[in-house]
Amino acid sequence: MAAPFARIFSKSLRQIPRPWGSSCQSGLRSRSTKSLPVMGSDHTSGVVSFPPLQTYSEEESMMKDAVKKYAQERIAPFVSKMDENSAMDEEVIKSLFEQGLMGIEIDPEYGGTGSSFFASILVIEELAKVDPSVSVLCDIQNTLINVLFTKLGTPAQKEKYLSHLSTDMIGSFCLSEAESGSDAFALKTRAEKHKDFYVINGSKMWISNAEHAGVFLVMANVNPSAGYRGITCFIVDRETEGLEIGRKENKLGLRASSTCPVNFDNVKVPESNILGEIGHGYKYAIGMLNEGRIGIAAQMVGLAQGCFDHTVPYTRQRVQFGKRIFDFQGMQHQIAHVATQIEAARLLTYNAARLKEAGRPFIKEACMAKYFSAEVATLTTSKCIEWMGGVGFTKDYPIEKYYRDCKIGTIYEGTTNIQLSTMAKFIDKEFEQ
Amino acid sequence: MSGRVLVGVKRVIDYAVKIRVKPDHSGVVTDGVKHSMNPFCEIAVEEAVKLKEKKLMKEVVVVSCGPQQSQETIRTALAMGADRGIHVEVSGKDYETLGPLQVSKILAALAKKEDAQLIILGKQAIDDDCNQTGQMTAALLDWPQGTFASEVSLEKDGIKVVREIDGGLETIKISTPAVLTADLRLNTPRYATLPNIMKAKKKKIANVKPADLGVDLTSRLEVLRVDEPPQRQAGMKVETVDDLVSKLKDAGKV
Repeated sequence: MAAPFARIFSKSLRQIPRPWGSSCQSGLRSRSTKSLPVMGSDHTSGVVSFPPLQTYSEEESMMKDAVKKYAQERIAPFVSKMDENSAMDEEVIKSLFEQGLMGIEIDPEYGGTGSSFFASILVIEELAKVDPSVSVLCDIQNTLINVLFTKLGTPAQKEKYLSHLSTDMIGSFCLSEAESGSDAFALKTRAEKHKDFYVINGSKMWISNAEHAGVFLVMANVNPSAGYRGITCFIVDRETEGLEIGRKENKLGLRASSTCPVNFDNVKVPESNILGEIGHGYKYAIGMLNEGRIGIAAQMVGLAQGCFDHTVPYTRQRVQFGKRIFDFQGMQHQIAHVATQIEAARLLTYNAARLKEAGRPFIKEACMAKYFSAEVATLTTSKCIEWMGGVGFTKDYPIEKYYRDCKIGTIYEGTTNIQLSTMAKFIDKEFEQ
Repeated sequence: MSGRVLVGVKRVIDYAVKIRVKPDHSGVVTDGVKHSMNPFCEIAVEEAVKLKEKKLMKEVVVVSCGPQQSQETIRTALAMGADRGIHVEVSGKDYETLGPLQVSKILAALAKKEDAQLIILGKQAIDDDCNQTGQMTAALLDWPQGTFASEVSLEKDGIKVVREIDGGLETIKISTPAVLTADLRLNTPRYATLPNIMKAKKKKIANVKPADLGVDLTSRLEVLRVDEPPQRQAGMKVETVDDLVSKLKDAGKV
């Protein structure tokens, strides 16, 4: 019985690099003897071990703890003020770079941390527990900007930008426009070729990090008659003449994260600033957003957990009718339900991340993770305000901020409806004869 | 002055955890409880790394005595900037009875083996509050000691140590080699940045057994019983000073 069993297992296991080693005990950091080894099945005894999803390599564990501590001490004190003023504190940005959180996957030769995608996910989750705005800054940099440069950059481009992206420069990703959000490829920003340079004209909207970004990755069409196959990715430095950053949006949530229109008025960009190949921009955008999706899922999970963690202690303290409100069965059932949802969202997210790292198909799972986590964040924050009662409704407590912050999760980096449609396409294919 | 600094770090229950006494009163619950590096040990590591950065010391070697999990604590110190680690394996019954006397014997043996010029320890551990290891180590080595250090400066002819004592601050000068124990205000420990955590993976942790160092781990102490502090009694409000005095007299306090 053991032999065929082992064969079935080994087929599916061959490509999963999962950390071997101890299962996770609550409170104790789980360790493995190596970080991210390839797990093979033990053919001789036919016994295979499946570590739980919440198993981290030693380095991932250390990073999680380090970021947790850092976020509590260096970011938490500023959260309220940043939200009130709709502005990210310069000190916070600086410390993010100092801690190596802006170049997690960048190679150490460019000043980066040289760690894994999953480490980025853990960092994004931990930051979101404290401030989802800071988390999204870190997420965009790591899962969109850095990945694009690393995967598509020429040696010269990598040399010029990667070492800055990991140490002192923020990047922005410019795809959306006023008339093209979900219908991204209907973008109108034009790039006209002149000899060895291009002239970009157009307007981008909803650009995160724009206030502080030093470099913009701009999706523009070099050949509108070719439709989306003309979309090309350009690297545009902030100081380029003609690039104008519009007024920051006054938002419901994620207020500390700057969201601005960015206008291009005859912006000259040398040919050498094309990232990747001409006309392949649409492919890059889709590819990167598939990964960025998992990052947003992690942000929403962290947001939900952070909100939950602030609320439950209150329910254990608050006494009404002679007992803690936590002790009322109605409350217990609601709290347990929400805790389950958060756990499920986390597992979807971690699994999508591990699938991606394993080089296995992950797009459907990434969509599921993002869609579900955003819904869970909405449910959690809404419930938490109710559990806190009157104080949950005031700005003196951090709960209402989480409630405002969560809504964007169902909107950006692919709306919930888009996620669902994408998943449906995959499901349709799965059932094809 | 260039040389080797030996830093001792201890894995203790995290300071934020609520401590629970085991039902059999033999100790406190440690299973499944969050552990981290003793805060004073963090300060000691920070001071050693600072000395290396100022090029006053050549190498920082971090030591921890305990079970497998102590390696995590050593790793954290490596991520803060220490060069290499030594894990002295002590587990089971031996670990339960491990105290300052045995640890100081181990540290003294290692200091000789590693040819250390300086030993920096935290002033005390937050689990047992012994405040003895540094002092015992210095005595075993017959080295001078600068304990409760809130300021340390290496000078040509020795080390100037400002000590926090009950009456205020005391400044002493001691010769090297020496033992220092770190107090709260000595420095603010750095965070392990993510790049440093990655670098720490490549640093070596050597495995050593106490027997290899010729150290006998038998304890001279036996813990008879561990109890929680008594529950705080409710206070009483009084209206006047006379009331207060009479209540105190009734309770036999005056």
